[in-house]
Formats: sequence, C-alpha cells, structure tokens
Amino acid sequence: MNNPYIILPVIFQLFTAVLLLFFWFRVNAQRLITIICSLVSLGIAIWLLKEVYQNGILTMQAGGWKAPFGITFVADVFSATMVLLTAIAGMAVAVFSTGSIRNARLKFGYFPILNFLLMGLNGAFLTGDIFNLYVWFEIIIIASFVLITIGGEKAQIEGAIKYVTMNLLASAIFLTAIAILYGLAGSLNMADLSEQVAQIENRGLVNVVAILFLVGFGIKSAIFPLYFWLPASYHTPPPAISAIFGGLLTKVGVYALLRIFTLIFVPDAFLSNLLIVLAAMTILSGGLGAILQVNMRKIFSYLIVCHIGFMIAGLGIYTELALVGAIFYLIHDIIVKTNLFLISGLIFKLKGTLNIEKLGGIYKKYPKFSLLMAIPLFSLVGIPPLSGFWAKLFLIQGSYLEGQYTLIGFILLGSFLTLWVIAKLWSEVFWKDAKDLPKKINVKYFKELKPLKQWAMVIPIVLLAATSLYIGLAAEHIILLSKQIAAELINPSAYIEAVLGSKTTTP
Amino acid sequence: MKTIIFKTASTYLLPLLVLFSVFILLRGHYLPGGGFVGGLIASIAFVIHSFANGLEQTKSLIKFHPGFLMPIGLCIALLSGAAPLLVGQSFMTGLWFEDPLPVIGMVGSALFFDTGVYLVVIGVTLTIIFTISETL
Repeated sequence: MNNPYIILPVIFQLFTAVLLLFFWFRVNAQRLITIICSLVSLGIAIWLLKEVYQNGILTMQAGGWKAPFGITFVADVFSATMVLLTAIAGMAVAVFSTGSIRNARLKFGYFPILNFLLMGLNGAFLTGDIFNLYVWFEIIIIASFVLITIGGEKAQIEGAIKYVTMNLLASAIFLTAIAILYGLAGSLNMADLSEQVAQIENRGLVNVVAILFLVGFGIKSAIFPLYFWLPASYHTPPPAISAIFGGLLTKVGVYALLRIFTLIFVPDAFLSNLLIVLAAMTILSGGLGAILQVNMRKIFSYLIVCHIGFMIAGLGIYTELALVGAIFYLIHDIIVKTNLFLISGLIFKLKGTLNIEKLGGIYKKYPKFSLLMAIPLFSLVGIPPLSGFWAKLFLIQGSYLEGQYTLIGFILLGSFLTLWVIAKLWSEVFWKDAKDLPKKINVKYFKELKPLKQWAMVIPIVLLAATSLYIGLAAEHIILLSKQIAAELINPSAYIEAVLGSKTTTP
Repeated sequence: MKTIIFKTASTYLLPLLVLFSVFILLRGHYLPGGGFVGGLIASIAFVIHSFANGLEQTKSLIKFHPGFLMPIGLCIALLSGAAPLLVGQSFMTGLWFEDPLPVIGMVGSALFFDTGVYLVVIGVTLTIIFTISETL
C-alpha cells in the first residue's frame, strides 16, 4: 500500500538537525531542542509501527517514480521495529548527552551530527533500494567519523583511524558488490533483485557477489575475522557516543545482512555452513577477548562482537524459529548495549576511571544505582525472565531442530563466557571494597554536576532498563512481533508484491 | 599576489562571476548547470576577491559568517522536498507552477531545491577556505 508519510522518520531527523544548526552557538537551546525533537521522533516511530502492523507493508516511491526505476522506501514490520528501536536508543542517548557531553564538544556541532547519524540509520532501515542503502551507510559513517573524533583527544584520533580505515574499506567492497550485482541483474530495487537474481544462470558469480556483500557488511557488523577494529575504537569517544555506536551501528550491518540474505540471496548449503562457522567463531573470539580486558568499555566492546555471533547464527540456520531468535536478540541487544555504555559513562562520572581492577565498592555506596545497573547486566547474561533469555531459548530450539548440536555448544559457551565476564565485572566493580582513587582534575565528577544534569544522566538509564524489563517480562508481545518479522523474512512474496504491485495479472 | 592589475580585475570579476553563477543555477534543470556548479562558481568569486584584497576585506564584504548559509540552504532544500507531502504526494515529487514566469521560465519545486544546494555549497566552500587561510 502506498503511503507517502513513511519517510517522516528520516525527514524529521533532518529537520531537527537543520533546526539545531541555526542555534550553533547556543548550547542550552540545542539541549532543549534535542530532547523535544527526540520525543517527537519517538512518537513518529510508534505511529509508523502501529500503521504497518495494522495495514501491512507500506511503500513510498520517492519523487513519484515507479518501482523498479525510482528509489523505493519500504516500511515492513522489521523496518518499523528497527526505526522504533533507533528512536528509543536515540532519545536515551540524546538525553544522556545533555548531561554528560562537555560544552566544548557541543560547540563543535555534536547534536546536529547526532541527528544526521539517526537520519542515516532511519534511512538505511526504510530504504528498499540497494544503492540507496549504500548512500545511507555513507551518511552514517561520515556522521560517525565526526562523532568519534569530536573533541580531538589523542586516544580518540588513534581509535578513529582504525575505525575510518576499516569502514571505508567495507564501503568500497559493498559498492563493488552492488556494481557487479547491477551488471548481473540490471536492477537496484531490492524487491526486483529478489526476482531477477533467482533467474540468473551463472550461480558461481552470484555466490561471489553474495560473499562480497557478506564481507562488506561483515566488517560493519564486526563478525569474525573482521571484528578487530571495533574493540580498538569503541572505548575512545565519550560514553554517549560509544552508546549510540555500540547499540546501533553494528546492528545496522546485521539488519542489512538479514535483509540481503533473506530477500536477494537465499543461503544455499555452502553459505549457511559458512555463516554458522563464522557465527561460532565470532561468539568464541568475542567471548574470549572480553575475559582478558580490564577496561570496562573494552569488555563491552568485545561482548558486542560475541553477541553479534548469536544473530548471525540465527541467519545461518535459516529456519523461521531461528530467525525469531535472531530478531528477538537484535531487539534485546540494541536496548541493552546502549544502556551498558551509558552505565559505563555514569560509573566514570562517579569514580573517574573505568579500570575494573581499580574500581570497587559501588554497591556499598550507591545501592540504588547498583540495582538499576544489575538489570541490563543480568539481561545481557540471559538470566530468566530477563530479556536475553528468551532470545537464546529460540536460537537453541532452532538449532536443535536442525541438528546443529555443535552450534548449540557454541551458543551455550558464549552465554557461559558472558556470564563469567559479567560475574567478574560485578564482583570487581560492585562488591569489592572501594580503593582510594587519586582525584583527577580534568574529570567533572557526578557530585559536582548540577541536579538537572545528574537527572539527565540517570533518567535514560532508567528508561532503557525499564524497556529491557518490558522485553523480558512481556516477552509474548516481542515474540509475536519477532514471529511476524521472521515469517515475512522467510517468505518475501508480500514484500515484493507491495513494492512492485501484483504480478498475478501478467501471464 | 597583490598586484594592481589583479586587484582591479577582481573588483569587476566579483559581480560578474556571481551573476554568472545565478545564470548557471537557473539553467540547471534540463541543461548542464545547477545548484552545485553555480555554488562553486559563486564561491570562486569570493575566493578571487580574498586573494586580491586580503581575507578581512572579503569578510567585511560578506558581513556574516558564510557558515550561516548552510542551515538556510538545507532548510530551503528540505522544505522544497517535503512540500509535496502537504498535498499527499511522495517526498521530492516535482511540483510546477502552471504558467512560466518572465525571464526565469518554468518554476518548480526543483528550482527551490537547487537554490538550497547552491547556498549550502557556497557556505561549505567558503567556510572551509576561510578557515584554512586563517590558520596559514
């Protein structure tokens, strides 16, 4: 069904960014506008999901040019859910930033760039055109380059170089893949490609293109063996920026993988096996990496890598049940990972360090904060009934039905490694006796902040923890949503029909 | 490069080049040209002026910081793209006035989009060049 207003999540972010540009030097006005506009965009995202859930897949042809010639925007339940998650995470990070980001950084356009980043994310989730997807990826990485370097500390620049190099490489590979695909199929519309690619006789070349896409998106979503840039760069920028990166930027790669490998390239036996092996290795390397680290944000970075493996595993098994697991995990992971990085920001403001060997005594001194922080930490481990448990349940059930017993072993090992890491982190940071830390001059401690800023840092964590609790305790809603998404992904005929119109009339 | 010939020429080149850039902007829809090229030509006009007369002179000529053109241009482009939404059409659909205007010709939402691009390009280019030449 045609609905020109599904582009609103993209346009509104652009509008917010432009509005913020007008207030370039007035930092407090920027704070206020960002909070208000992020609430409005949350409202738009909820409206979009409701509309799509009730009326089925909605499409929009940009400029009125018919598919497959023009650029199509498609909102199915998967896209709309991702837009909603972006809005939730974006709002949390925006509110947190108003308290935690220094004025020096805000004066270099932090908030406008953040909104450009969110615009790119929304665009990537909503587009139905593979070249347009590339363009949105470019917008995302350009905005993220600015965010990761803003402030210009030495460590930041060092991390940024690794991040920029790998992401530019990934973009080049992605672009090459699009070029070859266009040469093969003569189309860029994803729904049209779905039909064209199935008819191409040169299967060898199709598989090569699929691998190129896998490598391109693999770098962006940090799967084995291309993950090493992530732990090297995500701990360098301010926590609010790490949160939006850790929560959403790798997940947009996973989204693209899920979309491309269900719609255009349906995995054959070789590709499935490859994905499963990659998933297992990703889980293992991320988990083992996390054990060795002492910096809290580096631990979380390695855990991102580890948990990307779970989602790739769901894609590799390629049954509806496994995809339900992958999508549930995706929903759970975006909220929890964003929250974890925000928490690391809060702990840094409390103590002035993120080294878990130096930290300690937070439970004794801040029992309420500790309880709050326990929610995302324990849902990450997957302690029932918190949110991570249900996703893993579906993944394991899906693997069991397909006879992938080794993969089940790796998923359990990944959960066990996560448990180990979080238990270590909990005992070091929260239960261990506090040590006397030298007071740092250049850190503004939580106690010294104004009450309004203190609230701005705590409220987003509370909201995200509440969302995590909702995902865990009201899991039947999320399962229903994930089941519908998985059914649409496994059987994309509704998507194709919505974009290209009914083909049944033509013989 | 403060020769008398260059200095005199730049005074005349500035209005000429700006006028030419507007011509290129208006020519753009069906013929080669458009907002991006037009914006570059307009910024070249100011760059030449600053080479001949010094950066301070050019800045006092423009009177406001060129970076301010970026949000204005983006705003115009965004509004022209979003205008079709008000009448229930898709984003970026071309809407046209029915009668051609004198001199300019047919006017549609594409022209406003191009004008936005024109302003953004001037803003970005001048901001970059001014910032670099300030630090030299």
